[in-house]
Amino acid sequence: MYSTQIPVKIVRSWPWIAIIASILVIAFTPLPLKASQPVARTVRVEARSFEFSPSVIHVEQGQQVTIELIATDVVHGIYVDGYGHEIIANPGQTATLTFIADKSGSFRLRCSVTCGALHPFMIGKLNVGVNLLFYRAIGLSVLAGLAGFMLFRPRNEQ
Amino acid sequence: MQQLKLMRIELTRYSIIRSLMLSRWPQFILTSLALTGFLLAILTGWFGTPVGSRNFSIIFVWIAWWAILMLIAVPFFGRGWCSICPIPAPGEWLQRGALLQPNGKGGLSLGKRWPNKFRNIWLQNGAFLLVALFSIIVLTQPRFTAVVLTAFLSIAVATSLIFERRAFCRYLCPVGGFIGLYSQLAPIELRVKDAAICASHKTKDCYNGNLRGYGCPWQVFPGGLTKNTHCGLCMECLRTCTEDNILVQTRPFAQDLILPGGRRLDEAYKAFIMLGSALVYMSVLLGPWGSLKSAAYQIGSAPWFAYVAAFLVFVLAVVPGLFSVAVLIGRRLAGLRYNARRSVINFAYALIPLGLAAWIAFSLSFVFANLTYLAPALSDPFGWGWDLIGAAGVGWSPLFTETVPLMQIAILTIGLFGSISIVRRIAAEGVSKTAALYQSIPISLFCVGATILILTLLIA
Repeated sequence: MYSTQIPVKIVRSWPWIAIIASILVIAFTPLPLKASQPVARTVRVEARSFEFSPSVIHVEQGQQVTIELIATDVVHGIYVDGYGHEIIANPGQTATLTFIADKSGSFRLRCSVTCGALHPFMIGKLNVGVNLLFYRAIGLSVLAGLAGFMLFRPRNEQ
Repeated sequence: MQQLKLMRIELTRYSIIRSLMLSRWPQFILTSLALTGFLLAILTGWFGTPVGSRNFSIIFVWIAWWAILMLIAVPFFGRGWCSICPIPAPGEWLQRGALLQPNGKGGLSLGKRWPNKFRNIWLQNGAFLLVALFSIIVLTQPRFTAVVLTAFLSIAVATSLIFERRAFCRYLCPVGGFIGLYSQLAPIELRVKDAAICASHKTKDCYNGNLRGYGCPWQVFPGGLTKNTHCGLCMECLRTCTEDNILVQTRPFAQDLILPGGRRLDEAYKAFIMLGSALVYMSVLLGPWGSLKSAAYQIGSAPWFAYVAAFLVFVLAVVPGLFSVAVLIGRRLAGLRYNARRSVINFAYALIPLGLAAWIAFSLSFVFANLTYLAPALSDPFGWGWDLIGAAGVGWSPLFTETVPLMQIAILTIGLFGSISIVRRIAAEGVSKTAALYQSIPISLFCVGATILILTLLIA
């Protein structure tokens, strides 16, 4: 009984097996990335209410990054999501943060000192290397769409 | 199908749950607690520090309440929040002349009927957009939050004193509009056991009320209830039903969206407005563009008027326009020629899972980033230097910054899966399977494109 039914079920389920396998591949497969030289990079960031300039910083994965934060109006800070580093700069003074950008992806830079009404939304971005998470997310979304398309077929098709 | 049946558990069969639902006390206690927090938010907003991150009003309303609403209440309980919402409570108590059980005397309300031409959610759509245009300042300035909350409370009380039942919740509340829309996804529902019993029942106690409870505050006849949209889960019909014909049960997600009837243009537009607004908020609040934030913040300035125009055009024209184009291409591919407007309305309901997922993903970003403001705000609600619970000195630290993007991807993926599943179901209504297939493709691609745009704004 089982010896005949189970293979039939598996054969009918092949699209699902393929989708689940693809999800696992997209979500977890480590991809070979070009290793960058550990060259130091210094970025001067001006902070004023309520933006960082430049608002987006691009660095290579593995680079030693130094952020020189200059607050041009009131006290501002930078908290780097994902890394957990923080610096605070008083007006007119420069604060320096140095770290190795060893995690790839896109990380928000948040002002860490209450600086005014829009403080919670004073946000910049640190892009490190290739944002694999984003590409994996797109792959997963396309697969989810495909799964939704396949699963709920009209009743007269079933 | 067997699996779907297994997901339906009649909660009112269990005596403890039924007793809790029949008793007015749990609801009254929760509403009273929420009202206390709400009034404190108004007071702290008016009289507390203007620093939003140190003021209870901002933290309580836009971090704590919003997190509970968008991450728990709406996805899992639909209109569950509406059953304990403090905003209509004072007006409802005055209208009834009672806090709990009906006393047979009646209250203060004139009891007028809500005008027929406004028996839709267009006013709620407008109210939501009105708040949305000022939302950057409302979200960040305690005084403006207090203005909005005071206005909500005043309008709710005034509406209760003039009109019958919960007219404010049903036709005016900007929050209630989208809760109703998204409640169609919730895995819980209140329905009648046998509609024939309701149809033959003479006194319709569930709608008219009796000594055990009030007539449906939401102006719904439970016998005809097929969707969650306007059911406030207040349990009055459970209390008033003389035939034990009301049940509350769990169900699979999104069951209301696959029902062919009852789709309306005002609700379809709500789906467009919510998806479009989520995209705008992600850009303005979570993006790195300072000039955009300033434009949204400087009310009355030329950049603000430009922002308002762009916001309205995007939400009211671009999103519905692109979606309509996708629907029309699908119809052309499928060889369908009749009633394109009806198709756009029907398929707009497929945006509901993705729209809610977008709002959850957006909320995850700012709720966890700002959640640590909660303890200091509770300890020093006015920002006057108090330290009631010894937490006034707790510093800010964003939570789960590495995990939030993963949660966002998961929820958006689920939302997209849900939306495309609904597209397929709606496409199959009354057309051949080949036509359904062709009609689904462009709309599904629209959903995938919207998801990629959201992912770009959140994690790229």
